[in-house]
Amino acid sequence: MKKKSLATVISQKEIAPGIFDMWLKTDIAQDAGAGQFIGVFSPDKSTILPRPISICEVNKAEGALRLVYRIAGKGTAEFSKSVAGDTLEVLGVLGNGYNLEALQGKTVMLMGGGIGIPPMLELAKELFAQNEKLAAEGKDCCKSEIIIVVGYRDSQTFLKEDLEKYGRVVIASEDGSVGTKGNVMNAVAEEDLKADAICSCGPMPMLRAIKKYAEENSIPAYISLEEHMACGVGACLGCVVKTKEIDHHSHVNNARICTDGPVFLADDVEI
Amino acid sequence: MNTEINIAGVTFKNPVTVGSGTFGSGMEYSEFVDLNRLGAVTTKGVANIPWPGNPTPRVTEVYGGMLNAIGLQNPGIDVFCERDLKFLEDYDTKVIVNVCGKSVQDYVDVVERLSDEKRVDLLEINVSCPNVKEGAIAFGQKADALFGITSELKKHAKQPIIMKLSPNVTDITEMARAAEAAGADALSLINTLTGMKIDINRRTFALANKTGGMSGPAIKPIAVRMVYQTAQAVKIPIIGMGGIATAEDAIEFILAGATGVSVGAANFVDPYATIKVIEGIEEYMKKYNVENITDLIGAVH
Repeated sequence: MKKKSLATVISQKEIAPGIFDMWLKTDIAQDAGAGQFIGVFSPDKSTILPRPISICEVNKAEGALRLVYRIAGKGTAEFSKSVAGDTLEVLGVLGNGYNLEALQGKTVMLMGGGIGIPPMLELAKELFAQNEKLAAEGKDCCKSEIIIVVGYRDSQTFLKEDLEKYGRVVIASEDGSVGTKGNVMNAVAEEDLKADAICSCGPMPMLRAIKKYAEENSIPAYISLEEHMACGVGACLGCVVKTKEIDHHSHVNNARICTDGPVFLADDVEI
Repeated sequence: MNTEINIAGVTFKNPVTVGSGTFGSGMEYSEFVDLNRLGAVTTKGVANIPWPGNPTPRVTEVYGGMLNAIGLQNPGIDVFCERDLKFLEDYDTKVIVNVCGKSVQDYVDVVERLSDEKRVDLLEINVSCPNVKEGAIAFGQKADALFGITSELKKHAKQPIIMKLSPNVTDITEMARAAEAAGADALSLINTLTGMKIDINRRTFALANKTGGMSGPAIKPIAVRMVYQTAQAVKIPIIGMGGIATAEDAIEFILAGATGVSVGAANFVDPYATIKVIEGIEEYMKKYNVENITDLIGAVH
């Protein structure tokens, strides 16, 4: 059940220039999963629409959500100033996340670029937990092998230590200061990485390269898209992506990123 | 206390509906609000065939509101009747179907297709969308064109028709009079104001369509003024809209001469906005001892 409610800031800090790490206490955490997002409203009424922010980590026991986001404009700049104890209005949980069951028994590459890295953390965590559960049930054959490929601009490798808890982390950086010089695709080539499936979030050129790579290797790639949104709940039709087939809801070649996505099978969308 | 209003013979339990295109057909927002409480649901513009709409970005925020250039993406009238109208059968609220088209014949096709649909109480004719190249606003900016399409649709429509007017005209009262003279049963105003935003870092237009329709709190004074002027010029009822986010906003429109009011972009800001407006109107009526909401219509002096 989606709702607009008040969340309390547990903590917030800048973990890299312009990138903020915020934990929110909110009961919508109970419904949250990897790949989903929430709308965050700016406390300053000069911006009115919710800002779509991906979920970086879920702590159901504490009823908390972790958001790691980059300041992109006025709205994000405004709520980046919030400190522990402040409240923020949030809308959620929104969108469909990654399908973990479809990844069982596969070698999965989690590929994050820039501010597309944060949702990879919750996904890695959930896949890791799924593996533990399968092992406990004696189904070791169904476990996923987790390779996390992340691309940064420079040596500001935010979330690296968190990601390392759940799988092998391979790094690329644009300036070559850490790992492979270049992007995540350069790292895949340099390290000769192979996978049965890809889950990804990042800038559009990266997602296009992943879609092409997945097609060439005949593997599924689940990519998370972003677009300017107004309602966030599927009503306004502001955030659409072109689809290969006629969409079941719109009856044209457009799907709503906020509700049909944001995670799509790369093969289904024209990006 | 009586909150009922009447538009073209259709009684609404209260004056509050939604701006077309901001609420889908109610399905998405039914998770947030009880649709039974609304005076009416006004559905997203529907054409004779599916329309793909404009390229993205389609929406952007501006100070005091937002710009949109969705381009009337819709699944076409057949899917609309089978899915959206069927969904609305379960609710005790009036249904206003917003109709769009590229040619007069497109509009006629949709209006005729809807003539036997029992769930449709009123038709709202979109002659004011600024974001499509053909049709829509082309019929809403010249009085003779508006007169022509209104009188043609009146020949085919079984339900009362509401003409939705554009504020992007020199004289809104001239358009309102033309629609009334052609037989329109009611008017909706205002649609969005054509605007533009430029991303100075990329030196590009913020919207792929370059221009978009502005909505949100900043347009309210313009809308209130236009509703007031129109109410002085015509006898048919008006559904007022443009920046309504609170009950105070809605009451301003009613005092200016609106019979009904629509909550539009405010749904995006607060999915519960419609209910808050309804409850706030009731509180206002209690506070000022207003027995009938109709006593407030045009009561500014």
